[in-house]
This record gives sequence, structure tokens and C-alpha cells, in this order.
Amino acid sequence: MSLDKKQFLDAYRTMRTIRDFEYRVSDEFGKGNIPGFLHLYAGQEAIASGMCAHLTDDDYIMSTHRGHGHCIAKGGDVGEMMKEIMGKEGGSCAGKGGSMHIAAIEKGMLGANAIVGGGPPLIVGAALANKTLGTDRVAVSFTGDGGSNQGTTFEAMNLAVVLKLPAIFMFENNGYGEGTAADYSVGSKDIAGRAAAFGMPALKVDGADIFAVYDACKEAVEHCRAGKGPITVEASITRFRGHFEGDAQAYREKGEVKRLMEDMDCLKIARANAIKKKLATKAQLDKIDKEVAEYIAESAEAGLAAPQPSVSELMTDIYSSEY
Amino acid sequence: MPIKTYRQAINEAMAMEMRRDSTVIVIGEDVAGGAGCSGDRDAYGGVMGVTKGLFPEFGEARVIDTPITESAIMGAAAGSAQAGLRPIAELMFMDFLGVCFDQIYNQAAKFRYMFGGKAECPMVVRTMAGAGLRGGAQHSQNLTQMVTMVPGLKVVCPTNAYDAKGLLIQAIRDNDCVIFVEDKFLYETSCEVPDEDYTIPFGEANFLREGSDVTIVGISNTVNKAVAVADRLAAEGISCDVIDPRTTSPLDEDAIIESVETTGRLVVVDEMTPRCGLAADISSIVAEKAFGALRAPIKKVTAVHSPIPFAPDLEDAWMPQEADIEAAVREVMGYK
Repeated sequence: MSLDKKQFLDAYRTMRTIRDFEYRVSDEFGKGNIPGFLHLYAGQEAIASGMCAHLTDDDYIMSTHRGHGHCIAKGGDVGEMMKEIMGKEGGSCAGKGGSMHIAAIEKGMLGANAIVGGGPPLIVGAALANKTLGTDRVAVSFTGDGGSNQGTTFEAMNLAVVLKLPAIFMFENNGYGEGTAADYSVGSKDIAGRAAAFGMPALKVDGADIFAVYDACKEAVEHCRAGKGPITVEASITRFRGHFEGDAQAYREKGEVKRLMEDMDCLKIARANAIKKKLATKAQLDKIDKEVAEYIAESAEAGLAAPQPSVSELMTDIYSSEY
Repeated sequence: MPIKTYRQAINEAMAMEMRRDSTVIVIGEDVAGGAGCSGDRDAYGGVMGVTKGLFPEFGEARVIDTPITESAIMGAAAGSAQAGLRPIAELMFMDFLGVCFDQIYNQAAKFRYMFGGKAECPMVVRTMAGAGLRGGAQHSQNLTQMVTMVPGLKVVCPTNAYDAKGLLIQAIRDNDCVIFVEDKFLYETSCEVPDEDYTIPFGEANFLREGSDVTIVGISNTVNKAVAVADRLAAEGISCDVIDPRTTSPLDEDAIIESVETTGRLVVVDEMTPRCGLAADISSIVAEKAFGALRAPIKKVTAVHSPIPFAPDLEDAWMPQEADIEAAVREVMGYK
């Protein structure tokens, strides 16, 4: 049996937190309160939430440039994240990382990565450490369909198989690598089949269904913890926003986003399924929504009020010792 | 004191640190040498035999043969360094840096800064550089200048066996990503190397000769050529300060400037291409900070701006030779 009542409510809260966080930072970006670029995760919440529900703070994840959702799901402090994205003192990376390098090192979220395909080789290293140190920890790389085409990802998958490492390659296929369709760019038409060809099991799952994602991820995590080597999960999902905030998405069919937001909204689907399965009542879910909304509002206000880091911080933390 | 080769000194440094600290691992192509083959499991020890003997002592969990997969090697080292190991990754030839450079300069070098001081990357990349072995354009380059320019990396260039051991132990214990550039011409050279462990701090230059007329700064094996030239010129009464910075990042600028303030003349030698290189960098530092002390224009002795040729006469002409260093010293001495 998938997700019990408490597990569902926890996962739902995580999903709702990510959604509200993303919409709030989108608003703040629009008001000019966030420097740089923003790549939002809205629409993909079930994947990060379904995977991280099986992980502890001792397990590792690495993310893409679309990393806010993974960071929240792994337990990152939302207030610190808000400050980081705004480039403020007290941010999770002291204002030196920003949106594309969001991290929660203390929670095992080893960083978002602004190089597409940059993360998989690194997660192989985290998995190697887990195995060498004799732990049952697992290491998960989140990669998009775009990253699935990078050579670094192929090297990482092969090495993980050769060394039989506890690595999970989670591919979030949202249909677009920037503005180019996955149907065009993923030559094999299937990322899971490609992973299987490296010699590891590969699962496919509907990424909009938290129940399905949760079950697939459970299987993947158990496989790794049992010392059976790496595994891949390919989750199909949609991206509500553009590649970056401000992307008019002219490459998408007219009405496509609106239709997908109706049909493939993982939060709507989760609510409907949970009520039908009697895992939660509408009132319970509404209460979570309200609590999350207040929490995000407080975090955003605190972020806006915080000062920027002192310029004296410019040359700190380059090296561990005096240079 | 026992005499050891540069190769033995590096091997000994790794073995001693692996005995001392169980989180130190070695990962790379053929570093155990023979994984999956039916013959000797310790056949290779890396392409130059530097890691030979580590596999029988430490086993396959700590001496890890990989496929030919440079990005994955560097990524695995960097990721494992973030998660509790102290990896030594072997990049077979420095020429292969391009294949995996992203994992070094965008990932390993930036964890600490980009994540607000909360992440570490205690890894060493051991690699091999240098021309003269007729390796052609893709197996002979020294690309130390490319890693020296990256903030977050430390870069070490040992020029003799004694330094190699002390600097490598220091590198393995360092909590940042250290690029350890071995000169492939030096593996068979030897000198006195203590059996005990010892460290040499980064950023402290070695004065190999002391003199009052000309300062010669060399990088990697060129520093040994500079010493030979200085010894010959001493017989003519030209006295040279020969400085080996030992690490190019951090660079002991003070030692170089202090010397130039005494001698008033500078010759900088490296075996890299001339544009945007280490010789150019060191020259600019001296021009900026010790201009008043200079009695002659600075002279750079580098390779030429071409790929490295194969034919022996061409390669020899490409490389800075002792004669080039000697001519440069005479030129700055003769400047009126």
C-alpha cells in the first residue's frame, strides 16, 4: 500500500510549499526584488516530494538549475532559501549561490547545478563515499530530459554500474530542454531504455501522480539500500512555467500550458485521489494550504527586509585555509 | 638519508597517507591496473607505474580502477570529497583536462564559495605534464596556467623527489581541491628523501641558488635547467638567484619581489605557450610591484605559440632549453 494518511499529508504539505514558494518568487521577480535568473519547478512537485519522502538527512541529493523544489523537499530552510534567492544576508549560501546554486548541505542537499549534466558525475562520487564508508545511504541525482543527453550523464551511469554504487538517477522528463522538445532531442524516445542499456534497472512513472512516484521511488531506494547497485527512474511531467521566468514559451502550442495545468496539475490530482481514497478531507487539505500560505508570506517578508551581504564577504570562503 | 626517485616519493606519500587515514582513496584509469583481467591484478599502477603496489596493500575498495571516463573520474572524486572521502584522482595526462575540465573548474573549485562556506572539496588531482618524450601534440602539454587562473583551486608543481613527497602529503591533507602537476620527465630523477612523513606548506618558494646579479624563476622541470645554467654562469662570475615557487596557486610573490629588489634583473622560465601564461603572469606582478628595482627589461623564456611537434629536433626547438635560459641571462646582464 502506497502512502498512509500521515505520509500523504506530509507529501502534500511539501508539494504545496514548493508551489507557493515558486509562485511567490515569481511575483517578487516580477517586482524586481530578485536579481539574476529564475528557473521554476512549479508543476513538477510530486517528483521531488515523492523521492525525498524516502530519504533521511544522511542521504544525498544533487539537483539541476531548477532546484528550489528539490531543496525544499530535502528539508531546506525556506526562509534561508528565500533570502538566498533574493541575494540577502542569512541566505542558505550566504548570498553567494543564488537560485541556480541553491543548497542545504546540512540536509544532504549538495547543491543545485547550473551546468546541465554537471550533477550526475558528482552524485556517483557521493554514492561512492556511501559505499566506501560502509553506510546504507543512497545518493540521488535529479536530471532533466536535457541533461539526459549530456555525455557526463552517460559516463556517470556507466561508472555507477561498473562500481555497483547506491546511486539513483531520477530523470524528470518535462518535455522541454530550454525551448527544444524532448520528443526531438531524446533520440531514443525513452530515457529509461537508455539507462537500462547501461546495465541497470529503469522504471517509468507518471510524475504527476504522487502515489505512483512514491511507489517507484520506494522501490528505487530499497534497491540501492540493499546494495544492488544503481537504478534509474524516468518520470514524465509538465513544466508550468517557461524555461526561465520571462520566457514567453512561444515554442509551445497555443493553449498547451493552460490545458496541462488543468489535466496534469499534481496538486489537483493529489487532492482528488486522497479524498477519494479517504486519506484526507477537504478541510484538512485546506488547512495545510492556509498554513503554508502564511509560512511562505512570512519567509518572503523576512527575505525582503534582510540586508544584502557585506562587501567584506567578497573574498571569504574561497579556500578552506588562508591562501 | 635514503635516495629515492620522484616516482617512489609520490608513491610513498600516497601509501603513508592511505595508512594514516582510511578515507583516502585513489581513483583513476589503470591505477590498480588489471581490474577484470586474468593476469596480474597490480600490472600497471597507472600508465607511469606511480600507484603500483597500492592495490595489493589497500584493495579494490580504496584503489579503484575506472573505465576511460575522465569526467566521471573527476566528478566521482569531487562528489565523494563532499561526502566524506579524501580522494586522489589520477588524470593520466594533463592534456586530457579538456575532457573533464567542467567538473574541476565549475564544480570542485566552487563548492565552498558557491554554497556559502558550508561545503568542502578535499580532493587531489594528480596529473602528468611536460614535453620531451616525443608524445606529440596531445600527450606533451603542460596546462598549469589553465588551472592556476581558477579561484578555488590550489596548484602544485614539484621539481624534485623531496618536494614531491612533502607537497603531496600536504595536498592530501588540504581541505581544498589541489591540482598536483607531476613532470613526466622527472620520474626517474632522484635525491635524498626521508622515510618519515613531512609536509611542505603551499605558497613558500624554494631558493635553489642564491645570487646577486639576476633572478631566475622557473616552473616545473625548467627550474632544474635554470640551476644548471646558474652553476655554469657562476664560473664566469655571474651570480643568479634561482627560485622555485613550488606552487603556482598560491604563488610566493614576496620571495620573487624580494629577490628582484636585490638583483634588479628577472628571467622567468616556463614550458608553456607564451600568451597569458605563467611567465607572463609573474612578469606582470614584478613589473607592477617592483618596477623601480629593475635595471633591465624582464625576459621571458617559454615555449613557442604552437602545438607541440613530434619530430625530435622540432620538439627540442619548441621547448625552452638551457641555452635559451643562458642567452636570456646574458641579455639582461648586457642591457645598458
